[in-house]
This record gives sequence, C-alpha cells and structure tokens, in this order.
Amino acid sequence: MTLIGNLFRSSIGRKFLMAISGLVLVGFVVGHLVGNLQIFAHPDKINGYAHFLQGLGPALWAVRIGLLLCVVIHIWAAVALTIENRKARGPEAYGVHKWLQAAWASRYMRMTGVVVLAFILYHLAHFTVGTAQVQSFKTQLPEYHMTADFQLLGFPIVSKGTEVHDVYSMMFLGFANPVVSIFYIIAIALLTVHLLHGIDSMFQTIGWRNRNWAGALRKLTALFCLLYLAGNVAIPGAILTGLVKPADGTAAQTTLHAQR
Amino acid sequence: MVAESSTKLISVTLRVWRQAGPNQAGRFVEYKAKNCNPNMSFLEMLDVVNDELVSKGEEPIAFAHDCREGICGTCSLVIDGKPHGPHRGIASCQTYMRSFEDGAVITVEPFRAKPFPVVKDLITDRSAFDKIQQAGGFISIRTGAAPDANSIPVPKENADLAMDAAACIGCGACVAACKNASAMLFVSAKVSQLSLMPQGQPERDTRVLNMVAKMDELGFGNCTNQYECSAACPKLISHDFIARMNKDYLAASFRSAFRVKSNAASGAAG
Repeated sequence: MTLIGNLFRSSIGRKFLMAISGLVLVGFVVGHLVGNLQIFAHPDKINGYAHFLQGLGPALWAVRIGLLLCVVIHIWAAVALTIENRKARGPEAYGVHKWLQAAWASRYMRMTGVVVLAFILYHLAHFTVGTAQVQSFKTQLPEYHMTADFQLLGFPIVSKGTEVHDVYSMMFLGFANPVVSIFYIIAIALLTVHLLHGIDSMFQTIGWRNRNWAGALRKLTALFCLLYLAGNVAIPGAILTGLVKPADGTAAQTTLHAQR
Repeated sequence: MVAESSTKLISVTLRVWRQAGPNQAGRFVEYKAKNCNPNMSFLEMLDVVNDELVSKGEEPIAFAHDCREGICGTCSLVIDGKPHGPHRGIASCQTYMRSFEDGAVITVEPFRAKPFPVVKDLITDRSAFDKIQQAGGFISIRTGAAPDANSIPVPKENADLAMDAAACIGCGACVAACKNASAMLFVSAKVSQLSLMPQGQPERDTRVLNMVAKMDELGFGNCTNQYECSAACPKLISHDFIARMNKDYLAASFRSAFRVKSNAASGAAG
C-alpha cells in the first residue's frame, strides 16, 4: 500500500487522520476563545478584531475551507471506524457487559460529538450567517465607530473613527437570551468532555503516550479542558447573569436598558 | 492454616452459552453446580458439571483448555462480562471457585468477535491470530548452532520491555474485552517484542505494515483508546505497546513512501 492508502484505509492511518484533524480543530477553538474573551475589554477590541478577520478576504476563506476539511475528515473517520467496530463484534452480543477501566468521557464520544456538530451549525447560523437571531445580527445593528486604533501585535490594523460591525453588541444581545446562553453552556461542556478523551487519545495515537508520561499528559489535558470550559462559560455566563454590563453608548446597552 | 471461607462448600448457578456448531443459533442454558470445593478451579468445576451431564446422557459443555497453569493461552471464557473471570492478570484456568459467593449466578460466554467464530458452545476459532503472526511476527535468520551468549549487545531496559511484550500468550482476551473487538494489544505486543531487539530491526517496517494490514483484513475492529484490553489481559500486557505500534506504523508508512529501491532488486535494467 502507498502512504495515502495507509492513511485513508488502514485502522491506524484513519486514527492518525482523526488525531491530526482533531488537533487542528483544538488549535482553532483555543484561538477562537482567546479572540472572544476580548468581549470583556473595551468594545474597540473585539469589534476591531472582527473587522480585521473579515478583511482577510481570501486568507479567511482558506482558513475556513481548511477547517471544514478537518471537520469532514474527523467525522468521516469516526463514521467509518464506528461501522467497522460494530461489525467486528460479530453476530451475537454479550449477555453480560461490564466496563473494566474505560474513562467515562470515552464512553460518550459519539453523543458528545453529535451535539457539538449541532452546536457548530447553530453557532454559524447565529453569529456568522445571521439566520438564528436576525434582529440582533451584526448587519442589522447600527455601525460601531472605533474610538481608538486597534492594534494586533503592535501593528495598527483598524484606525480610529472607522465604521465597523458591532460584534460587541451582537454578542451581548445574543447571550441575553437565556435559552441561547444555556444551550451554548451545555454544548461547550459536552465539547470539553469530548476533548478530555480526544486529546488523551491523540497522544496515544501518535505514539507519545507511555507509562512515564501518561499521568502528566492526563493531568495537562484535564487542566487544559478546565481552562477551556471556564473561559467559554464565562462569556454567556457573565452576560446572562448581568455580572458584566455592556459598555456605555453601545447598541447593546441602549437596547437592554430599554427592555428593563 | 486454611480460612473457613476457603473450606466451606459452595453452590452456584451457571448460565452457559450452548451452541451446537458454527453458524447455528445458540442460547443460554442454566446448570447447577452443587457443593463445589472452593479451591477447585473454574475449569475443574466445569469438568464436574460435565461429568454429571454425561452420566445423564446429555451433551457436555465444550470449552477450550490445555495447560491449566496460565501459560498456554487456550482457555477463553468470558465470566460475568469479563474475559478470564473477575481477577486481574489471571487466566480462566487459574480462577478458583473461592472467588465466587455461595448461591451466585455466573454467566459464561465464548469470546465474541467476528474473526473468532464460535466452533461449539464456549470454543472459538482463534486461528486469526496465527494468520497475523504469519504475516510478519518473526525474524528471518539463518538458523544453526546457538550463537555465543551476549555476542549481540542488547540494552537491559530493551530486553526487559521486550520480555514484557513477549509475555503475551495469544489467548485473545484483549479482543474479547474490547468493545470494538480490536486486536491491537495482541498485535502491538508481537510487533514490539521484535522491534525492541537488534535482531528485529531489518524487517521492522515491513513487519508492522504487514501485520497491521492482516489484522485489518481479518475484520478486527479499531482501537478507541479505552484500554479494556490491558485490564482483561491475563499477562497484564500494557497498552503502552499500542502507542509504540502506532508510532512504528506511522513512521514505517512515511519511510516506505520515500525509500529508494535498488533497480537490480526490482528486476529492472540498470
């Protein structure tokens, strides 16, 4: 078999593709979270950042297509391997089934994976395409005037006074809805459970895990998952409970004030 | 000194999988095993039940066994949902009746995997493992007089680790315990015991590629890193060997894609 044949047809090859596509997606969700945490700073930050991303043009699409490819490979590998695994048991199931030492997160990978997929579709409809909460979508809100230059790594990216989409208000208005916020929190919690077994498995699949490192890798994975969960729950959590209020003068502040 | 709990006779109810032959419908049948000596092994208890069945003119329960001292890998029962019974690192033949409560109901099933078809009752055909071994679980050397001891230096750590892998008795409990009926623990042990030694290096890449390809072809499932295999293994083979095999396989795949072959070897003109 060729290299491509080994990767796409063999058991270990497809596990490798699953691990690598998963790793890329983990990298994406971390970057995505860091970008989103700017909601807790001045509106210039997240609005300037969003304007910068939108302005990337072909580069933005290259990243989007790359991520889509990873999602497709990840799901394809999961489905193909699962079908084979079901067949491998044979015609008769066990009369008594007992778990011996499988981590609990590992027993719900398909369930957590499917919920995360549903969440991704809703999340895209919500904040990227704008079909979930139409009234508070960024294109429906008044444009935001940058009050200062937005800089990234010291480079000026968006200059003061530029009119940009008000992503800041869109997030505040979106998460003011308890149903939406709670769905986000549940989905993120399940994604965290998925990552708990997924990241641990990745180390095993690429061959880095051994008994000297197993404990440390598992703890690092758990710490990473905890931080990821905390960061993601903080955004809808803080907005929903009113711990963080929208900045003065933003569309979100006027709208939410008028509702009370 | 013998504790009272190990001398008191116990009686148990067995729910045993009975299947007359390959591809026939099977079912659980209940049998009573009365007044068992708690120090008899599980297989000896089955022998006693079978004696009773034979004396009544019934077909005895077919089960695989050979050495009965935990080294041959022939016994293969799934006892109450765990291959080889309740204890860690113990084969069915060394599981004793004292491990069970008086009055217990014990379910006894064959190993379940598509590549291990049931031959009769509790006996499965595990020759799929032999086919994987034949695909590369060996080294090709000129045999002859025994070489001088220590003529090939082997680091102690590697020798110990290779010995851990070589403890595999090929019973198939890893496949039976895995919810995907994956054979990766077995294959990784057989790959690693040679890849850790200098004698295993010349065929290292072809060995792992061929053995994994054969494993896939035979219809074993894929590892989902739940490590039920190592928990059920009577020799406690570590799933670390699976990580080692994964790395070996991926490295071999990439290496073989870029390896230059001699024209003479492939039969082409120079």
